[in-house]
Amino acid sequence: MALDDIYKEVILDHYKNPRNKRELPGAELQCHANNPLCGDEITVFAHVDGETVAEVTFQGAGCSISQSSASMMTEAVTGSSIEDSMALAASFRGMMAGDLEPDEETFGDLVALKGVVQYPIRIKCAVLAWDVLQDALGAGSGTGDGAQPHTV
Amino acid sequence: MTGDVETVQHLGSGLDVGAVRRDFPILERTVGEHPLVYLDSAATSQKPNQVIDAVAEFTRHHNANAHRGIHMLGEEATQAYEGARAIVARFLGAPEPECIAFTRGVTESMNLVAQGWGRTHLREGDEILITEMEHHSNIVPWQMTAAVTGATLRYIPLTDDGLLDLSQLGSLLTERTKVLSVTGMSNALGTITPLRQLADAAHAVGALIAVDAAQLAPHSPIDVQALDVDLLGFTGHKMLGPTASGGLYGKREVLESMEPMLGGGEMIHEVFHDHSTYKSAPFKFEAGTMPVAQQVGLAAAIGYLETLGMQNVRAHEEDVTRYAIDRLLDVGATVYGPKDASIRGGAVSFWYRDVHPHDLATVLNEEGVAIRAGHHCAQLVMRRYGVPATARASFYVYNTKEEVDALIAALDRAGNIFG
Repeated sequence: MALDDIYKEVILDHYKNPRNKRELPGAELQCHANNPLCGDEITVFAHVDGETVAEVTFQGAGCSISQSSASMMTEAVTGSSIEDSMALAASFRGMMAGDLEPDEETFGDLVALKGVVQYPIRIKCAVLAWDVLQDALGAGSGTGDGAQPHTV
Repeated sequence: MTGDVETVQHLGSGLDVGAVRRDFPILERTVGEHPLVYLDSAATSQKPNQVIDAVAEFTRHHNANAHRGIHMLGEEATQAYEGARAIVARFLGAPEPECIAFTRGVTESMNLVAQGWGRTHLREGDEILITEMEHHSNIVPWQMTAAVTGATLRYIPLTDDGLLDLSQLGSLLTERTKVLSVTGMSNALGTITPLRQLADAAHAVGALIAVDAAQLAPHSPIDVQALDVDLLGFTGHKMLGPTASGGLYGKREVLESMEPMLGGGEMIHEVFHDHSTYKSAPFKFEAGTMPVAQQVGLAAAIGYLETLGMQNVRAHEEDVTRYAIDRLLDVGATVYGPKDASIRGGAVSFWYRDVHPHDLATVLNEEGVAIRAGHHCAQLVMRRYGVPATARASFYVYNTKEEVDALIAALDRAGNIFG
């Protein structure tokens, strides 16, 4: 099996069996964004305990890239500090811009999305969940730049 | 034009598609190990050697600015450019070349109509009537004009089958309506609109009718005088011509009544400190250096289409489209717009199982099949039918039923991956 196919399986697995896809009652932070180009929608819920992102969940609908990215993201940042989560978001953008080689340990399944770089028009699908996460955490820590989704 | 409709119907398709395909070098490309199956001509068409060569020949041997140089090349460039205008006029059935203003495509044409005509003819209380099946290029310019003039924008709704719902036309098209602006063929649904009927209805209340023919002009014979439309914009790159070619047909008196949208070189008669006087139409609309080589290429594209015969082009596309819709429905796809190929063009929007159109397009690309996925610059259509996006296959003179089969086979693969 080609490496490409393994990555494809990881993406499809998260798409068909999304992790942490549910509302989070009592979440302190919640942000929503959509991508009108393809109708992808993501809402991110975060429960923050001090400086720690104790729990992250999402709701949404859209293509396999946007939804699998959101699923992987919730796994990657749960239990991290806000600072590390924001740093991972920046690294993920770096990978999507094609100028950062992902560290497999911190990235985990997210490495599977690296192939999306070959499809520039779909990069915004992959980063949508991260836009929302950054807005949610930024709003919580006062360092965000508003709830408007940004794209790379 | 060759043959009458009856003959063409009898023969099925009068096109030798194999010969046509040999004129398009890009169709020899492969995607990985797969032959390219290009089903995205509603976005832009491919170009035959005849067009590529015409642009190259002009650029190599005749290039100069049109309407300026008093030298041999300047004269040749002007002749080629004005010759192209005459060819476009003949193609559309316009009475004279001066009824054609060159633009860089239908987006510029519709903006020219909305600004050049709309801003000088509309005021508060007036109504602009468009339809819910318009491309954004026939919506946004009117929204901008409505905001400036205080006129009200109204919409003809759509039926569930993807047709214009004309049942309420009487209450939408009234003496308050000053312009009806409508597509001739929907890029998202394929629907062909009843232009002559709409023209008569508009004229009956004293309104102008403007047509977005971005999709109609490449795929169907057009006679602007028989249709009795007042303005009609078209795009060259969707009809085998180069990008940045295209224009606006207008009845002479309508064009004369319009203000230019762009000011600059060559559109003026005299320039003073405090004002300028303009040339007559259509030249007052052609400010700055125009895409001369591109309009020459458009003329070559029209020559190519006329050699095929527009009735034959239409018959061939109807044939391929009918086959495509049948096969798509067979495999359980949802097809948006009319299912009857005789009342629609070859842009077929669909949704296959639960596969998001962007995922579908990515898998299809791996099989060499190029389709469009998204909202097709027609978000009102997407909203009307409750989908965020659709996949769209669109056909032209070089497409075959075998390519439809390749599409269907690729859909099956996508279904297996995402099913």
